[in-house]
Amino acid sequence: MATTLLLAVACVLVGSVNIPAAQVWSIVTGQGCDNEAWTIIVLEARIPMVVTAALAGAALAVSGLLLQTSFNNPLAGPSILGVSTGAGLGVAIVMLAMGGTVGGFFGSSVGSYVAILMGALLGAALVLALLIVFSSIVKSSSVLLIIGILVSYLASSIISLLNSLATEEGMASYVAWGFGTFSSVTPSQMPVFASTIIVSLMASALMVKPLNAMLLGTRYATNIGVNVRRSRNLMLLVTGLLTAIVTAFCGPIGFLGLVVPHVARLMLATSNHSRLIPATMLAGAATALLCSLLSVMGSHVIPINAITPVIGVPIIIYLIVNRRKIQYFN
Amino acid sequence: MAKSLLSAVDLAVGFKRNTTTVTLLGGLNLELREGSLVALLGMNGAGKSTLLRALTGDTQPLAGTLLYDGRDASSMSIIDRARFMGLVSTERVAAGGLTVTELVEMGRQPYTGFLGRLSRHDHQVVAHAIESVGMTHKANEYIASLSDGERQKCMIARALAQETPVIVLDEPTAFLDVASRIETMQLLSDLAHSQGKAVLLSSHDISQSIMKCDELWLITHDREVITGTPQHLIDSNALNRLFPSPSIRFNPTILDFTHTQ
Repeated sequence: MATTLLLAVACVLVGSVNIPAAQVWSIVTGQGCDNEAWTIIVLEARIPMVVTAALAGAALAVSGLLLQTSFNNPLAGPSILGVSTGAGLGVAIVMLAMGGTVGGFFGSSVGSYVAILMGALLGAALVLALLIVFSSIVKSSSVLLIIGILVSYLASSIISLLNSLATEEGMASYVAWGFGTFSSVTPSQMPVFASTIIVSLMASALMVKPLNAMLLGTRYATNIGVNVRRSRNLMLLVTGLLTAIVTAFCGPIGFLGLVVPHVARLMLATSNHSRLIPATMLAGAATALLCSLLSVMGSHVIPINAITPVIGVPIIIYLIVNRRKIQYFN
Repeated sequence: MAKSLLSAVDLAVGFKRNTTTVTLLGGLNLELREGSLVALLGMNGAGKSTLLRALTGDTQPLAGTLLYDGRDASSMSIIDRARFMGLVSTERVAAGGLTVTELVEMGRQPYTGFLGRLSRHDHQVVAHAIESVGMTHKANEYIASLSDGERQKCMIARALAQETPVIVLDEPTAFLDVASRIETMQLLSDLAHSQGKAVLLSSHDISQSIMKCDELWLITHDREVITGTPQHLIDSNALNRLFPSPSIRFNPTILDFTHTQ
């Protein structure tokens, strides 16, 4: 909790334009500042970016947790199972169909970004539906993971195809979107972005009972009164919503969803979702803020997707190597 | 005679493969009574698991009726079933990161509200269930740190916390050493005889089943189901129909099978 707040403050203070902390404070508290550019940077760039990063991080982390529990697969995550790519495909198709450029950046009209959100949602839902179908055919969780990766490749290839049909400008904006960024939600889009994520996060917090039951497998979960199919579909719906909205605005951000639930489990030493869900949200927000902070520390802004693997991959390797020693794997 | 809690009337079980229906066991009439411990015996592939899955409502029977305390099981809600029958299966659960208490608390899910908050009564039931299986000293330890026998006890405690009149266990002693097997069977016998539960288990452990159970349900190698007290099944020579091989015979003095020439 404290870490998350500290990182949020740091993110407001640090940026490619150097603004003294005292000035930032007076801007944030509404006392104004002589330098108008600084005011705009803080209020319209840095604060939206902090809020976006915190919400997107929490959203992706909870998506990962829901996927890991509902597929009983510790290596599941929205990017690895292709849900993010599915959402990205939806975005690309809508962009092309609207005659605009292919990419995640939003046009000025409300209609266009609602259409893009719908595209992202449908793309994510399509991949999740495919995963549900395959999970009833193949029982092995690692095979499901491979199917997710293959579906992801397939979606990527369609995206490439669409890109080749797009204008050069469109392609550039799509590539930029693919890097991942937390600074693409404008203050006017914030209400939609924030409310969708907050409502979905609240919905996930209400699923503690079925989530815990699913740790015991389908048969036991049914035996203690959980309608497994309905619960899992609900969990995947929430996952789809969270992943789709984050992907549409911020690009397909990798590793966060996979890694953060493990960090939360290791920190709390539990797989009990009543504590795991809030911890995952906070840890997700903190991790995204850290990535965001690292991305703006240098003189150039580094893409988020260049940072997440640097944090994520060592943690995953640690998990795989220490599998036998970590309680929740046994 | 004690009340029948679970009854099967002309039940047929099996599976459907593409368009053909394969009936493994048909025409079954079974009664599981209050306060009795019953073992389902049969060789591998005889259909023990298939029958148990049908009796627990995990799969639909191919024909016939299944009654839970006189009510048609298929018309009961998932919560009503959860309050009627507790299950202990052989599946390994991904619960290593939960403590014994957290695992057993899941047995209270059919009684708690939407958020799963436990009342004082729920906590008492959980503590009592853990005590019944002799795991109180490890109540706050992680499942991951337990032996197979201790895990099995926790799964039984979880079913106990469910406070159901019927408990069904799929090969509860399969992966246990002899001492844990005897302990588990004694525990199940206590549950049936002092707490009045109806306990049905499938097993390969013939001698323990004969010594502890009130009744045996025998699936013969040619797929007939014979029920009766252990003594009755020994006297009628029914036990020898368990396996097809004529040289594997039941020896009543050691209560187990041996190879005879």
